Amino acid sequence: MGSITLKNVSKTFGEAKVIPSIDLEINNGEFVVFVGPSGCGKSTLLRLIAGLEDVSGGHIMIDGKDVTDAAPAERGLAMVFQSYALYPHMSVRKNIAFPLKMAKMDQAQIDKKVGDAARILNLTDYLERRPGQLSGGQRQRVAIGRAIVREPSAFLFDEPLSNLDAALRGTMRLEISDLHHQLKTTMIYVTHDQIEAMTMADKIVVLNRGNIEQVGSPLELYKTPRNLFVAGFIGSPKMNFLEGEYAKSKGAKTAGVRPEHIGLSKDSGLWSGTVTVAEHLGADTFLHLDVDGIGPITARAGGEFGASYGDKVFLTPDDSKLHRFDDKGLAIKA
Amino acid sequence: MARKVTTGARIGWTIAAWVVALLIFFPILYALITSFKTEQEAIAGFSLIPSGTFENYITVEEQRDYFTPFMNSVILSVGSTILALIVALPAAWAMAFAPTKRTKDILMWMLSTKMMPSVAVLLPIFIIFRNLGLLDTRIGLTVMLMLINLPIVVWMLYTYFREIPGEILEAARMDGAGIWQEIVYVLAPMGVPGIASTLLLNVILAWNEAFWTIQLTTTNAAPLTAFIASFSSPQGLFWAKLSAASTMAIAPILILGWFSQKQLVRGLTFGAVK
Repeated sequence: MGSITLKNVSKTFGEAKVIPSIDLEINNGEFVVFVGPSGCGKSTLLRLIAGLEDVSGGHIMIDGKDVTDAAPAERGLAMVFQSYALYPHMSVRKNIAFPLKMAKMDQAQIDKKVGDAARILNLTDYLERRPGQLSGGQRQRVAIGRAIVREPSAFLFDEPLSNLDAALRGTMRLEISDLHHQLKTTMIYVTHDQIEAMTMADKIVVLNRGNIEQVGSPLELYKTPRNLFVAGFIGSPKMNFLEGEYAKSKGAKTAGVRPEHIGLSKDSGLWSGTVTVAEHLGADTFLHLDVDGIGPITARAGGEFGASYGDKVFLTPDDSKLHRFDDKGLAIKA
Repeated sequence: MARKVTTGARIGWTIAAWVVALLIFFPILYALITSFKTEQEAIAGFSLIPSGTFENYITVEEQRDYFTPFMNSVILSVGSTILALIVALPAAWAMAFAPTKRTKDILMWMLSTKMMPSVAVLLPIFIIFRNLGLLDTRIGLTVMLMLINLPIVVWMLYTYFREIPGEILEAARMDGAGIWQEIVYVLAPMGVPGIASTLLLNVILAWNEAFWTIQLTTTNAAPLTAFIASFSSPQGLFWAKLSAASTMAIAPILILGWFSQKQLVRGLTFGAVK
């Protein structure tokens, strides 16, 4: 079991109110991602759930039990840290066995569990090595192994992939998702990378300045962002925000158009613009344009759309996928 | 790409390193050589070849008791080091793992006391020691040596503890380690090299401390530094005997330093080269 409930949870550091008040429900077996810009309080929230920080107010329940004042180890959670936080003086075997040793499990059982975890994570050949002799990806796997053997009710991941290179990050993303499917245990994953959030999550919690902006599945957030912040944060490249005449004609203060929802043509269209930067990614081309009467716009074209700096291009936004926001920045429901 | 070093350059640098090392070591070497000379040879002028007499060592040992100051040196340096560790460990701990915005200032202030010339506080300290009856006592001097080396001990330990990432301690906490298990299984193994080299350095500093040990002792608590100083006194200077006494005084610490040099170098460069 691993359902986690936050009720009015708040956290202040001295004068600074990092988390004003948060209510959140995480169901058993869910993969939940906390995402937001640096300093939005996502790591603090994770540490509050872990028990590494004390809450300033509110309650945290795990499987219906109030653990607000419980020590980290008593919460039945396992955490994977950004720096891996492996014990440098212990072998991989001892690192993975450490939580079991602390739980005073007998040696035969420890050996079996460590062996099983090592097999799942392809670490069998490295069990006698020290963390210092491993690559970044292997270290990350040891950290995950140490978390798995405890059979926690939930896993907490604090930006676990941010120290890895791009290629390895992609692989580890798949491995963690795969692990979630195998173990079916609740996972809470903190990241500032919205691609990680979109690709791994069952449920995304978008945080901004200690407040939850929106909770929903990746596609819900993509299709129906509740406000300007979520609209701008989810999706890559970012949504274009247009104000002025165009927005007014659509009955909104701000109109949002995703780069992939703009039709491009070299002959005709609603707007005309000049290419300022063309990013050719192969399958896609991202064009940054200066559009007459509108301003800067980013648009996605197919990889074969040949355009380069200075070219004139015509754009037509797809009205059916237009996002409208009122003067408070909230989405206007159709 | 690694820089290319030609054989010639390597030989040149090796010679240069030996020259510098010998220059630094020369006073000690010359004291050692002089200690095997007769008094006439010793004042006769520069010479690297002694007649090889052991007479000075025998005279020094006969005239003065070597054992008492030696034991005093051991007690003072080890005692003050243990005392310093007891005080500095929790202090460095708190500053490294629970720093406040004033922590840096406190560290700087502590270090700044080392920049003060000792002689500036000689009189007040002397009076305090006299009034408390601590003059020429091992207890008084142990406390004094602890106090003067404390800033360095705190600073060194703080630097080591800072190198232990907080996340590792948190990981141990998540893994179910209580405070004692955290100390025994994680902190101690990671902190021991640092504590050990701090300990060693402090023993050496305390062993070599000459200002306070000479000022605040006469006979009972006088360590080897005072023992050496006593040879440059009333009857005039006896170079050869002074050298023998010096050699006997520095030999123990030199041997200790030699056997622990790896630990010391690692300790002193900790954090600087990762």
